[in-house]
Amino acid sequence: MNARNQSATKGAIRIEHVDKVYHAREGEVQAVADCSLDIRPGEICMIVGPSGCGKTTLLNAIAGFHDITGGAIYLDGEMLCGPDRPKADPGPDRVVVFQNGALFPWKTNLENVAFGPVVQGKMGQKEAAEKARGMMADAGLAGVEHNYPGEVSSGMRRRVEIVRALMNDPKVLLLDEPFRALDSLTKSVMHEALLEIYYKNKVTIFFITHDLEEAIFLGHRVAIMTTRPCRPKKILEVDIPHPRNYSVLTSPRFRELMEETVSAVHEEAVKAFEAGEKEM
Amino acid sequence: MANTRQSSSAGEIGAWDMFMYRLSRWIKSPTPYLMLVGFALFFGAWFLLSEVFKVWRFASLPGPRQVLIEWFNPNPVYGMSLYTPDFYVHIWSSMRRVLYAFLISTALGVPFGLFLGWSRVFREYTFPVFEMLRPIPVLAWVPLAIVMFKGDETPVIFLTTLASFYATALNTMLGVQSIDEAYPRAAACLGASKWQIFRHIVVPGALPFIFTGLQISVGVAWFSLVAAEMVSGEYGLGYLILASYVNVQYVVIIIGMISVGIVGYASSALVRLAGDYMMQWRVRELALGGGR
Repeated sequence: MNARNQSATKGAIRIEHVDKVYHAREGEVQAVADCSLDIRPGEICMIVGPSGCGKTTLLNAIAGFHDITGGAIYLDGEMLCGPDRPKADPGPDRVVVFQNGALFPWKTNLENVAFGPVVQGKMGQKEAAEKARGMMADAGLAGVEHNYPGEVSSGMRRRVEIVRALMNDPKVLLLDEPFRALDSLTKSVMHEALLEIYYKNKVTIFFITHDLEEAIFLGHRVAIMTTRPCRPKKILEVDIPHPRNYSVLTSPRFRELMEETVSAVHEEAVKAFEAGEKEM
Repeated sequence: MANTRQSSSAGEIGAWDMFMYRLSRWIKSPTPYLMLVGFALFFGAWFLLSEVFKVWRFASLPGPRQVLIEWFNPNPVYGMSLYTPDFYVHIWSSMRRVLYAFLISTALGVPFGLFLGWSRVFREYTFPVFEMLRPIPVLAWVPLAIVMFKGDETPVIFLTTLASFYATALNTMLGVQSIDEAYPRAAACLGASKWQIFRHIVVPGALPFIFTGLQISVGVAWFSLVAAEMVSGEYGLGYLILASYVNVQYVVIIIGMISVGIVGYASSALVRLAGDYMMQWRVRELALGGGR
């Protein structure tokens, strides 16, 4: 089963010569410069770079939280943002899963998952709840529907949030270091859970991380970004076939790919450290 | 799955169960006993200072024993005790005024605060004026209140509303500003319109701060009420206190003061209870966290 072939029709992101300049107190900061990247439909593309290199800026531009100052971004050939329209509109075709989690704490897990289709007016409360229940059960979340997010473990919360995103049949999932706050054991469970969800749902995944093991384990490709300004320095094809599980981690090919990535990333990390850049 | 039903019903804990659970935890915790000790120390110190040792200026104060005797006296010396209907008329008039003032200040303050926090333009227009009016003490408004409003009741209610409105509005605004930026963004991603974000994110997200504001507001309502009643009206605990001062009935003053304290405490407890009821998610988080 090759998930990429199943879903080769939608969710292509084309990032073309994107620039982003911030106006900070100390002057202009070039966060992203001449960044071009083609993300294939249905692939898991991992974006790797040191903290503060500008990768979140890129994600914010795709999601529509921020404008860009140059270039253009297309989703399936349609311009999201570009010269005439510097800021995209956020929408359910590109759903973000946030670094620290953004489940609404005042809604139950089920209400959270059902939120998208209900506010879009696509489904009634009942229908949405029914679909949400089914999707949650598929993701191993049966039994916590009526709990509030604050009542379940952080790993569960992440899964609920991913399911909430998938409820909208998005073309793209934008993940901004979603497992950063998890301990390494929970993280490994989440990786397999994410892959399992991914194999069931055809969706492109744009995944920001600075965890190399995570990047290689999950990704079809790993884009290593330069630091400030951010642009791809090296794009690595991970030729380990999907579906993958954790036994991959001990394979010789995985080690080789790790070595290849580490040196490239390390250089950037040193540069970022010396520049003393803070997280943006 | 066999255990689905069981676990989903475990998820649906009722408000009553939650209340009983918290009550039993409260009784088992040191909290109620520390509270009793606190009250005992306070009244004990008062008793010793005023009635036993008659320390310096305290000697001229009525002691707690004296107050209690008068308060529970079927034939009170100064005509005011638990057995006189007048006592309840005073309490009831004050409670009614506070209730009106609290309802008005909530109805105005919550929406006003929400818009202050939500719309930058609205904030820039109104917040400076709001901040200029806020430090003006209630007593300074008394003459204007009497000129602006007819009758005895409305000026008092206006004065009482004023301070609680500020507390509610300010806390509500802070509540909106405290909402994590990720929530409205996530909602926008999921396709919510601006108005839906306001309803589903801004209002519930600000609720914890709103209820903090309402608790402050109901307390503030009580002390501005007493000030307002000293100026106008012929009933109410504030009026009772002032009238007793004029008539040199210090015992009655203390009965009035303690009554305000008890009713005020009870009303903010009610507000807290209402808040818990509306914010089940928070109550459950705290209960799980083993919180306070």
